[in-house]
Amino acid sequence: MAASTLTPSRLHPSDLGRTASVGLRTRKTRAGLSALGIMIGIAAMVAVLGLSESSKWDLLAKLDRLGTNLLTVQAGQGIGAGSGQLPEEAAGMVARIAPVEATSSISAVDANVYKTDFIPSGQTGGISVQAVDVNLLETLGGELTAGTFLNEATAAYPTVVLGSVAAARLGIADVAHQPLVWLGDQWFAVVGVLEEFDLSPNLDRAALVGVGAAETFLDHEAIPSSIYVRTNPQFVDDVMDVLPATANPQNPEEIEVSRPSDALEAREAASDAFTTLFLGLGAVALLVGGVGIANVMVISVLERRAEIGLRRALGATRRHVAAQFLGEALLLALVGGVGGVLLGVGVTAIYASTQGWAILVPTLAWAGGLAAAVVIGAVAGLYPAMRASRLSPTEALRTT
Amino acid sequence: MTAPALDREAAPLPPGRVLSIRDVTKVYPTEPPVHALAGVSLDVDEGELVAVVGPSGSGKSTLLHVMGTLDRPTSGDVVVAGHSVNALSDRQLSSLRARRIGFVFQQFHLLNGYTALDNVADGLLYSGMRLYDRRERAALALARVGLANRMMHTATKLSGGEKQRVAIARALVGRPAIVLADEPTGNLDSHTSDSIVELIEELNAEGATIVVITHDHEVAGHFPRTISLRDGLIESDALNGSGRR
Repeated sequence: MAASTLTPSRLHPSDLGRTASVGLRTRKTRAGLSALGIMIGIAAMVAVLGLSESSKWDLLAKLDRLGTNLLTVQAGQGIGAGSGQLPEEAAGMVARIAPVEATSSISAVDANVYKTDFIPSGQTGGISVQAVDVNLLETLGGELTAGTFLNEATAAYPTVVLGSVAAARLGIADVAHQPLVWLGDQWFAVVGVLEEFDLSPNLDRAALVGVGAAETFLDHEAIPSSIYVRTNPQFVDDVMDVLPATANPQNPEEIEVSRPSDALEAREAASDAFTTLFLGLGAVALLVGGVGIANVMVISVLERRAEIGLRRALGATRRHVAAQFLGEALLLALVGGVGGVLLGVGVTAIYASTQGWAILVPTLAWAGGLAAAVVIGAVAGLYPAMRASRLSPTEALRTT
Repeated sequence: MTAPALDREAAPLPPGRVLSIRDVTKVYPTEPPVHALAGVSLDVDEGELVAVVGPSGSGKSTLLHVMGTLDRPTSGDVVVAGHSVNALSDRQLSSLRARRIGFVFQQFHLLNGYTALDNVADGLLYSGMRLYDRRERAALALARVGLANRMMHTATKLSGGEKQRVAIARALVGRPAIVLADEPTGNLDSHTSDSIVELIEELNAEGATIVVITHDHEVAGHFPRTISLRDGLIESDALNGSGRR
């Protein structure tokens, strides 16, 4: 045969895919197990990001509903911080600040509430009694689970509205049968039960009576201890600045102004810290998964020396061999990555739906998960692929 | 992934010469060094069927690896299908093997997860031919070695003789200039072995150039030309009078 032009070795891209998947197709259990490591890591990261996004969305919706324009004015307590009471005229003064839309005061009543008059007086159940304005519910944006709130008529009579925790401790769930409670040596009729307050959890453990009733039946002098203030949302900060001096012009330093929605945001910030922690754990799982793939690939190269030798004999270049094993590692990682994203989304969906949250998985989470899987596959496959390609054909075939 | 074209490495050979080896030595740098080939020269012409015999350790396998460009000689030159091994890069040698050389191994080296058809089709894998065309050719090659009814069987379900037929079909499917067979009957019983030798003779009769390495003088005796190897040197290179043709 005469000398002739020699066309170079070529491996069609679609054939590269086929050869790279040989190992996966012929060793399914091993491939599945090594992909599992990546899958768990990706699933953890996707689920953590998805859950944190979903819960954040839930919180934002809650904040939206409750408003971030609620402020509380409280008298400071403790040495040199005053009596725990605001000046009598504070509520009126605060209401005169222009952007303030509504105010509602409460004052702590020196009384306890019991289920019956037989309960020893020490067993207060941790329930406080508060004298409140009739517009409290409206100002706080709260809801009732049963009955009605105090109104102008009932506020002057021995009637009481229970916070959610207080109602549970007194064993009262609804008001259809006019339950009575023993409040400060007197029977009070329960007219309503409140839902949980997200913005003022202290009211959950309180029994609320009208100011008139407190003065008449409980010998209470209605000097407010806290004032709830709704402002125009655009001027919240301005109102916060002027509130202390308005509420107590003599001793503005004794006034504490807070924004209850900050507490919710702080709670969210705390859960963000956990999100970071779990993301870190997911990253570790991912790393371990990557090492697992590298390990399996190294073993695979050792086991498949004969195949490597055969492929070199059939005309594969070093690069073809390297591409085959690198491709196999990438495929393994990609299978794990896709499985992990599906699992993570599934976990998010299940948990979010049990919590009544919207199911939100950020694009960054699933796209980033897949990208991370591919990068890990590439890194994990590089060394085994180099080893496979450096094997000389005769050495590879010398296996009997 | 392509290697550069190889025109410039083409070396002239007499017409009809497929393989030419000149003063080839191969020394393995162990302690002490092993002189596997101590100066071997031989030519193989188109259409020849050559047996290389010798006891184990005589350098047969090394000679096959050098002839098949799987290994480079320590000194001397190997010219396959007009291309001098010394002038080619590793990638170019791969191209040479992909298009001009077919291999048959004692251990068959089939891919177990693949069907007989796809094992044969892989003989053309690195030629860049598309899967459909490779399978078409593979089916013809399998039919030629008598396995038309076994094409869709996976390699593990084939007998030893069938496996070696698949391997032979794989070596021939690309119509290489030369087929190198390393102990093709070494793992087979004598009956199966005879049928494989018969197949090799038939394929040679149809025009294939084949070099068979064997330690079995009975197998070698069937072939027209026998080269005896001992201690890395050619002991004899003779046309075999008792050959069938």
